[in-house]
Amino acid sequence: MRQTGTDRVKRGMAEMQKGGVIMDVVNAEQAKIAEQAGAVAVMALERVPADIRAAGGVARMADPRVIEEVMNAVSIPVMAKARIGHFVEARLLEALGVDYIDESEVLTPADEVFHIDKSQFTVPFVCGARNLGEALRRIGEGASMIRTKGEPGTGNVVEAVRHMRMMQSQIRKVQNMSRDELMTEAKELGAPYELLLQVHETGKLPVVNFAAGGIATPADAALMMHLGADGVFVGSGIFKSENPEKYARAIVQATTHYEDFALIAELSKDLGTPMTGLEISKISPADRMQERGW
Amino acid sequence: MKIGVLALQGAVREHVQLLEQAGATAVAVKRAEQLRDLDGLVIPGGESTTIGKLMREYQLTEPVLKMHREGKPIFGTCAGLILIAKRVEGLDEPHLGLMDITVKRNAFGRQRESFEAALNIEEIGDNFQAVFIRAPYIEQAGPGVKVLATVDGKIVAAREGTLLGAAFHPELTDDLRFHAYFVKMVQESMVTKVNL
Repeated sequence: MRQTGTDRVKRGMAEMQKGGVIMDVVNAEQAKIAEQAGAVAVMALERVPADIRAAGGVARMADPRVIEEVMNAVSIPVMAKARIGHFVEARLLEALGVDYIDESEVLTPADEVFHIDKSQFTVPFVCGARNLGEALRRIGEGASMIRTKGEPGTGNVVEAVRHMRMMQSQIRKVQNMSRDELMTEAKELGAPYELLLQVHETGKLPVVNFAAGGIATPADAALMMHLGADGVFVGSGIFKSENPEKYARAIVQATTHYEDFALIAELSKDLGTPMTGLEISKISPADRMQERGW
Repeated sequence: MKIGVLALQGAVREHVQLLEQAGATAVAVKRAEQLRDLDGLVIPGGESTTIGKLMREYQLTEPVLKMHREGKPIFGTCAGLILIAKRVEGLDEPHLGLMDITVKRNAFGRQRESFEAALNIEEIGDNFQAVFIRAPYIEQAGPGVKVLATVDGKIVAAREGTLLGAAFHPELTDDLRFHAYFVKMVQESMVTKVNL
């Protein structure tokens, strides 16, 4: 008897991505470059976050044609984004056969109160989080993988660092609490008690936790691995750089060998101009994607 | 006894834990020089294109082939099975090209078709909960290959001498039997060597 869509099958898919780099791509050609460079998966999008930010307006799920072309171009898994709360976009992506759905703050939210009930889907979901409470709420709704939100499309790693440090420090705190303190902590974090208890017992999230949102260089990727990320998403960083092939390859190797500083120094030579970065304080609060999600 | 888990990408920690529980000393290995003093090697699940590429770039292919020539057992799961296969459908060149099998990638379909199922595995045991994630299967196996398990007639576990392969992920459950079987293979290979 085959059972599909079990927690083990959905979370296991993310386990297989560990130590790898997931890259944003907008067409089949970029997807092939990413696969060639050693990406473990690609995220098929209509525009990378930096262009979404520049274009303004409502950002939605990508054209199914683009997603299909990317799926046909590569043998690695293909992910795609649905708007927060837009369970119909998610159902369409599942019907197309994408391997993972990102319920993503990079797109304009479709619901300002509720997220998708992800436990009802056969396809697994990844969701963004800034802290432990947010991560456990998403896992409670059925997310099989978590990533930091960071601040997408900025090429500025500071927010991803903030979110990863916050999560790791909260996990350590919960691990060291006595059991009778956990219910009040669950209330304060807005986290499901049963999941918080698991974090207390195991000292880690029940699912894989990647870094995302502002990673632009090999050193950024290695930094996030040192801070406890299981792997990294690189959005605008690769195809907004001067030399995407070289950049993609260097980021993949820096993620694998994040402890080998001499090697990362070597990989970082002559990479050309990285994407232009944005300072977070120059972005108006209404334009900060990380505030989306509840 | 020291068993390495190739740690370029994928589910490394889970293999290390199960090998340790099965009584071996397990280490994550990323560099060619770390392969030298190992008695056996696990190539884990992950993305076979990524792991294969990193193996070539960091000159790990030849040291792994050498381990095999020295009679040291190698165990590949999912992506690892693809890496040890002599023939991979759709690829002109295999990765390590060790086991006399033809492997088909993503053979059961995409992630939404991924599944778990209870298998009866020869030499290992019955009712083994096997997790298949975008899994390959073995389309054809040479005469020296012993088939250990099938799903709907497709070969999903096999052994050829010191090579062991599974299309699924024994590392994603708490069931120690598959890893214990490999640890025993490594023990036996060490005894054989002493007797030579």
